[in-house]
Amino acid sequence: MLSAGRSLSAKQTVRRLVCQSWCAKMFETLTERLQGVFRNLSRRGKLRPADVDTALQEIRLALLEADVHYQVVKDFLETVREESLGEDISRSLNPAQQVVGILNRELIVTLGEPAPLTLVGEKPRAIMLVGLQGSGKTTTAAKLARWLRGHGERVWMVAADPRRPAAAEQLKVLGDEIGVPVFFDPKLSPPNLCEAGKEEASKGGASVVILDTAGRSQLDQPMMEELRDIRDAIHPVEVLLVADAMTGQEALRIAQGFQEPLGLTGMILSKMDGDARGGAAISMRVVTGVPIKFIGTGEARDALETFDPNRLASRILGMGDLRGLYEKAEGSFDMDQAGQQAARLLQGEFTLEDFLEQLAMMRRMGPLGKLLEMFPTGFGGANLQVDGNVAERQLIRTQAIIQSMTSDERRRPDLLNASRKRRIASGSGTTVQEVNQLLRQYKQMRRMFKKAGKRGMTGLPFKLR
Amino acid sequence: MEGNRWRQALARTRRTAFGRLASLVGATDLSSAFWEGLEETLVQADLGIKIAQTLITDLKEISRAEGLTRGDQILERLHTLLLRSLEMVPNPEPEMRPLVIILVGVNGSGKTTSAARIAHRWLSSGDKVMLAAADTYRAAASEQLEIWGDRLGVEVITGQSGSDPGAVVYNAAQATLARDVDVLIVDTSGRMHTEHNLMAELQKICRVAGKVIPGAPHQVLLVLDATTGQNGLAQAQAFTDAVDVTGVIVAKLDSSARGGVGFAINSVLGLPIQYVGFGETLEDLSAFDAEAFVDGLLAESETVPRHEFPAPNPHSINSNS
Repeated sequence: MLSAGRSLSAKQTVRRLVCQSWCAKMFETLTERLQGVFRNLSRRGKLRPADVDTALQEIRLALLEADVHYQVVKDFLETVREESLGEDISRSLNPAQQVVGILNRELIVTLGEPAPLTLVGEKPRAIMLVGLQGSGKTTTAAKLARWLRGHGERVWMVAADPRRPAAAEQLKVLGDEIGVPVFFDPKLSPPNLCEAGKEEASKGGASVVILDTAGRSQLDQPMMEELRDIRDAIHPVEVLLVADAMTGQEALRIAQGFQEPLGLTGMILSKMDGDARGGAAISMRVVTGVPIKFIGTGEARDALETFDPNRLASRILGMGDLRGLYEKAEGSFDMDQAGQQAARLLQGEFTLEDFLEQLAMMRRMGPLGKLLEMFPTGFGGANLQVDGNVAERQLIRTQAIIQSMTSDERRRPDLLNASRKRRIASGSGTTVQEVNQLLRQYKQMRRMFKKAGKRGMTGLPFKLR
Repeated sequence: MEGNRWRQALARTRRTAFGRLASLVGATDLSSAFWEGLEETLVQADLGIKIAQTLITDLKEISRAEGLTRGDQILERLHTLLLRSLEMVPNPEPEMRPLVIILVGVNGSGKTTSAARIAHRWLSSGDKVMLAAADTYRAAASEQLEIWGDRLGVEVITGQSGSDPGAVVYNAAQATLARDVDVLIVDTSGRMHTEHNLMAELQKICRVAGKVIPGAPHQVLLVLDATTGQNGLAQAQAFTDAVDVTGVIVAKLDSSARGGVGFAINSVLGLPIQYVGFGETLEDLSAFDAEAFVDGLLAESETVPRHEFPAPNPHSINSNS
């Protein structure tokens, strides 16, 4: 019985609280939250235990919300606590940044170094993919095959899942798409099938053979024994657990349940293209001690990346993937050109042609939506308030408008009178209003760059610094 | 009877309700270890830390107000609290015919298997059923549904690989009318809830269904993997924003996971859980039963201490394979 007179039902309370926490979570990074905690702390010296403990409460919430296992969080915080208390507050950082720094460092250590695939021994070397139903094994098998082929391997795949309807067909279609042979024989039991497949692959001159096994629960003993039989018959060089990045607290038991009977050599974290924080990776890494080797980042055949602990740590902490963003930017910008351009910009010589070039660079970095996802949550609310696809469409329209101008017009936008604007609007399939809007934006930017040139970077609004 | 099947499925992988908590209760008073153990159990069931903390705050308040001193009393209240929070009962099965049901969800959540099981359910109640394979993206997804269709003796409408799923739904809806089908079940591609264009595609699928059969889709069910963590809330939010989701299917509930995020979704978004899926057979889909679900949430799966790899638990042997 609930006590009388409570104004809110339990359900309403829960709903209200969770909504609040969700909204709060969405607009605040952990650093910002900790800044709140440390607001009154301006001293230098060592961090005080009481301050650290308050901060650890916030960190605990963040980690649990990121689906890191309860016990793992507990152990982990103990380490961070000790580290934090031993550390002097550095001059350049505030205490919040410092604690997040320690946390980030510990996460990276826990997540472990990236480890390459161990491709040694007699060919063909077998890679066995295992995991729960729906964790992404078949898709990952094809992506991995493509990746390995890109690294000079001759790859075969074996469809070792006779259970799920059409699982073998799925692998065959994927194999056809990427030009990798697929072995399947519905008459054979999975261990025999794998053996026969490896033999065929060997005859076919394969250097690597990927075994796509059926999905199963780690609690299903007969099915786990089947995996052990496959392993014993094949002697794979790698036994990789494919695990869904969105997995919750059970990640620990799942990883343990595969590790114990099979002896995993690594893990692949799939479906990292959603917005899951991926805290499950920490739990699985801690309990198995085996490295995470790849992450799956989309449905495209090339959406498989080697694992980078720095990026995942930032993501778990809600700090975005700034490193990834930087790399993308680096890969897409012509630095010399950018440098020359920057010099001209700061002298106030920003033309619509420069604008067009910047838009083109931005689009070379990939879909805007993907870029926005790499920003930290709460980075001016960037990835929440801006819809990547809408922004992308806007970008294309803006490009079209500038491209509909003559080069004279691009260099001297003052030429644009009503009649020219009408021509541009109809040429680019937009309206005169949109052309005017673009010009307003352009003028704003030109003013900004000019200011920046005079005062140095401080003239820029914070977000652009 | 359904609840029984469900409970039996759970019994294979879990100890009785309050397994581990019951041992906490051994201590007579409400120590801080008791509350921490409670929090741990709730968090590990994927309810989320915020809901766990709210529940515990409420329980502490209740224990003060009512002068409770024993753990077992608190657990009773917890059970009541959880059940009350799940007051949102599943929507009654719609009466109209033809009835159009669309399954949505992220990749690998269990949509296709659930589609087959729902088809089986409607067949068992004497309805004429049709399946539509609107997953034209994933390799061999149509083939997978066709195999289920063969087993069920149900016609499956498919489209070319890579073709417009809206067209498949259009054809299926037309065929539904032409062949006097009672229930049309549409299996869609798995899609990440963060993909704007794919969510728009889902809206189109629903619109197309509604153009051919007014009022359709009558049910849009979000299929959620029971092992999903707190991201399940973001999924449910995004799918609900895009289309009119009427309920949730918590799939794979016989895994070691307890599906607590289903509870969170129910509490936060008010989305009822329509069905739960478990096991391997076509029958392994039950109408939602709050009592069984709450029991499952609090049940302890075989306890495995960290850093140790004990012998397999004989109680967990799965008898059906």
